[in-house]
Amino acid sequence: MTPAAAAPLIGRSSPPFDLDRIRADFPILGRRIRGKPLVYLDNAATSQKPQSVIDAVTHFYTAENANIHRGVHYLSERATAAYDLVREEVARFINAPSSRQVIFTKGATEGINLVAQSYGRPQLKPGDNIVITTMEHHSNIVPWQLLCEQTGAVLKAAPIDEKGELDVTGLEALLTDRTRLVALVHVSNALGTINPVKSIVALAHERGIPVLVDGAQAAPHLLVDVQDLDCDFYVFSGHKVFGPTGIGVLYGRETLLEAMPPYQGGGDMIATVSIQRSTYAPLPAKFEAGTPMIAQVAGLGAALKYVDTVGLENVGAWERELLAYATDCILEIEGLRIIGTAQHKASVLGFVMNGVHPHDIGTILDNEGIAIRAGHHCAQPVMERFGVPATARASFAFYNTLDEVDALIAGLRTVKKMFC
Amino acid sequence: MASLAGLYQEMILDHNRAPQNFRRMDDANRRAEGNNPLCGDRLTVWLRMTDGKIQDAAFQGSGCAISKASASLMTAAVKGKSQAEAEALFERFRGLVTGKLDPDEAETLGKLAVFSGLSEFPIRVKCASLSWHALKAALEQPDAVVSTE
Repeated sequence: MTPAAAAPLIGRSSPPFDLDRIRADFPILGRRIRGKPLVYLDNAATSQKPQSVIDAVTHFYTAENANIHRGVHYLSERATAAYDLVREEVARFINAPSSRQVIFTKGATEGINLVAQSYGRPQLKPGDNIVITTMEHHSNIVPWQLLCEQTGAVLKAAPIDEKGELDVTGLEALLTDRTRLVALVHVSNALGTINPVKSIVALAHERGIPVLVDGAQAAPHLLVDVQDLDCDFYVFSGHKVFGPTGIGVLYGRETLLEAMPPYQGGGDMIATVSIQRSTYAPLPAKFEAGTPMIAQVAGLGAALKYVDTVGLENVGAWERELLAYATDCILEIEGLRIIGTAQHKASVLGFVMNGVHPHDIGTILDNEGIAIRAGHHCAQPVMERFGVPATARASFAFYNTLDEVDALIAGLRTVKKMFC
Repeated sequence: MASLAGLYQEMILDHNRAPQNFRRMDDANRRAEGNNPLCGDRLTVWLRMTDGKIQDAAFQGSGCAISKASASLMTAAVKGKSQAEAEALFERFRGLVTGKLDPDEAETLGKLAVFSGLSEFPIRVKCASLSWHALKAALEQPDAVVSTE
């Protein structure tokens, strides 16, 4: 790999951990793509999995597979205990007061849909409103639109500025006595912006409005403390935090979860069932109908353990280095513009290049073994706000290296040579 | 290994930089929009049909180099063709970009043969097909929106 010409001019620091050892924990990082070493910079789409996560899923199916909360046999008891233990670990990971407030879902999207349908639908009336922001992922827009169609409520979106920062005053101006919920993203997937969630929760709570936080992009990068944020709902996805796909978490304030009707009906979420009526199981089972994602929960447990071992402070520190280095290098390429320049940013670098469509950038980088995302990132209102049809996005995880940033920059210079 | 040079041939890059028939057509009697949600490509194709023939074809929109160059070369290729001829050309073009066309037949495609390298990039076939889908929709219905997703 040829380092970018500019590299020596820009400071290179060392990671706060043994990066080679960390990379060795992720088997996929050793593979080659189109004859080149894989440079995986699409972590905001999904993260790679350490061997311990892969082993946890394999071990479950190899040695421990059984359904939970039913059999009296050995394997079922083991599986149940392991499943419940991960719930405790999740509660610790986000500092939830109790594991009863941790609901397993299939992902952040399902968590938001659950809140829309179980919390929102029974109480929303025509003329009520829900406030989101312009930087939401489609998963924090469409469930509310569906809810508004069902109830006659209105969806309003707070503006963002040219740096991609939330206009907090603009958000505050949207809050009325008919606002029933504020739903906003903790970290923007398209811009990298870290929102001042704690102060927004405080603003909303002053008016008695609950707040849902979409933490899909925050959980892999930041220490999340739901009690400190004081949010009412928090969702994230396992696969973005180095765990398996098909597993996510909804945290909720206990009084709200208690008052909400079930999201889906089925086995495991009931206390008693007769043909006339059923009574529901206490939290968290009330929201987990059917056989849950038992193997994925095992994988999620291993993923959170792995993140704990590395330490989220270390993760954040190294990702800030990667972002700063990549930002400096990328700005040296003429005709390149970064979309999303908030002061507080996670390691997401969205950009556009004069005269080259992001999709072409993606294909040319892919030819070098470099995986980035090109498109609207399921955030079309963000694209509209910045007047671009799409962006290219490199998103970093703690296992990325400065050499990989150099490879990205070299790839972008190839793109430029080809098109300009 | 897929050949990047085979995909981004000079002619494609030229048509991306300076597309032909890249204009709004005010006297069009057929119009269709094409959307590719994957990459955010959107384009509009206009046609003027008289006596069963495409007298003029134009397009506008934003998209990647492949979709723009494809629309540019398509508008040039279909002028003077009947609906049936244009649709048959689309069929052969589709065969070319998916690697299913006989190499001898590829030669009959003229300049459109420049897209033969696409068959090694299946994910980009949609980009090249977008304008053709819009063309087909415009031929079949006077005012249509199509999506390649």
